[in-house]
Parts: sequence; C-alpha cells; structure tokens
Amino acid sequence: MTAFQGLIGKLFGAASPHTRRLGFEVVSVHNGVCVARLPYSRELIGDPTTGILHGGVVTTLLDTTGGAAVLSALGVPMPLATLDLRIDYLRPSAPGRDLMARVECYKKTRNIAFARGIAYDDQESDPVAAMAATYMLRTQAFRAPGTP
Amino acid sequence: MTETSDALAQLRETGRFDLILAAIPYAQFLGLSVDVVDDDPITKLTGADGLIGNPVLPALHGGTVGALLESAAIFKLIWEIKSVAVPKTINITIDYLRSARVVDTYARATITKHGRRVANVQVRAWQQDETRPIAAAHAHFLLKATEF
Repeated sequence: MTAFQGLIGKLFGAASPHTRRLGFEVVSVHNGVCVARLPYSRELIGDPTTGILHGGVVTTLLDTTGGAAVLSALGVPMPLATLDLRIDYLRPSAPGRDLMARVECYKKTRNIAFARGIAYDDQESDPVAAMAATYMLRTQAFRAPGTP
Repeated sequence: MTETSDALAQLRETGRFDLILAAIPYAQFLGLSVDVVDDDPITKLTGADGLIGNPVLPALHGGTVGALLESAAIFKLIWEIKSVAVPKTINITIDYLRSARVVDTYARATITKHGRRVANVQVRAWQQDETRPIAAAHAHFLLKATEF
C-alpha cells in the first residue's frame, strides 16, 4: 500500500468520527476504484422484524466509498464535497452479512468528479444497491489533514 | 391485520412516532425524532459529534443527512397514507446544497404523487432557517407489495 492509499483509508475511515463509529474500512483503493467494507451490526438495523440494515447505512457506505475512489483518481489530497448522490435499492441486504461497496471514479474534470458503483453482501454480480454520484473538487471550506 | 399494520394505524391515531422510533435500532443510533406540527411530521436529527464525517470543518457526514431525508419521507408516507406496511425505498436522489454544521437538522417531506403502488416524495432538510435548505431529495417508494 502506498502512503497516499494509506492516507485515503485514514481520511475516510479512522479520521472521520461517523465512519469510525460504523467500522467502515477501505479494503483497497487504486486508480480511481475503491472497495470498502461496513461490518453488519445490530445497531444499524432499519427493519426490526427482519434484521435488514437501514437504507441510510447503504447511503453512507456508498457516499464514503465514492469519495475515496475520487481522491484516488485525483492522485493528490484535495478537498471534496458530494454534490449529489442517487441510490437504487435493488434488493434487501441479507441480515447478518457485512456490506461491501465497489465504486469507480470514471471521469474527472477541473471542478467535478463522476462516480458510479454498487453495494453487495455476497457476490458483486448480485448487488444490493447501485449508486451514481458527483463530487465537487477543491471546495474551499475543507483542508485535508497534513496539507497546507 | 398484522402486527405492523396495527402499529401503523395506532401511530396515525396517536402521533406517537417515538414508539416506532424506539423499535428501530438505526433511528436510535443516529438520534432521530419526529414532531407532528400542524398535522405534518417534522423529522429531527440531533446534532452530535458521532455524526461528523469531516472533522476539519466540522460537518455532518452526508450519509447521515441522506438517512434523515429518507426517513422523513417514509414517516410522511406512514402519516398520510393508510398503508398496512412500511413503504420500501425504490430509489433516492440526494442534492447536497450546503455544508451541514454539527447542530440539529430538520426535514419536511411533501408527497408529490402517489398511486396504488408507488409514491414520489420530495424532502428538504434545514438547520436554523427552513428557507436555507442544506440538502434536498426526491425518492420513489413501493407502497404495499412485499417484493419488488
């Protein structure tokens, strides 16, 4: 793992109070593609009759994984903000299984990066949700730790 | 009548959203509450350090704002429509309009259209001033069927 890949994992994982609380973890991040895991937890259940995770958990996982994918496509630490995010819920996730996400930044321009990806709980070929998002680059308000 | 449909009917009679929220682990994890104001449910996400995504600003994680918007839409549907099951999210598109500060955030939903099977809902989230939304969403929900 390169230092930059480590930094991405830290920025979106341990350094972020909410994702740290969720146990979010970057599994791999390379050339604009990020794979991440969010462990199943009873605290995150949205439907108590089935034990299925809440849609907000899927949203958080995909938004975060997308941000990490975009940063890796850019190749340098840079302030980012999600501009919009669309989630299609394809099927319920299986109770008890960790959620995985794979998001790709497939286009970057001077100001905007475009990403798309899926969340899955077993096979990538049988996704739980699909996402498409845009991220604003070089937002003023944000300074990544360790950058001037 | 199932247990769920009984609980929903009772909620519409009493306005006791707290009873439903207490049964949803993720609603507790996030810190969601609902106040019915002028016959309109307003969903609140209580500002807390555990919801911070970007510790530098600091700002709430976009996923928690997404979860608030999706939840507010579902509560509005439960309140307005005599459904016998909790509506299932088909998809949601979230627009992030302003950075979300670490304070209480509110969301109000409008049912744009509902048919027998599908409803379209628009939601706006704000912090101090409802005329300055921090995020907006539109979403489709499946109203009764147990499978897509």
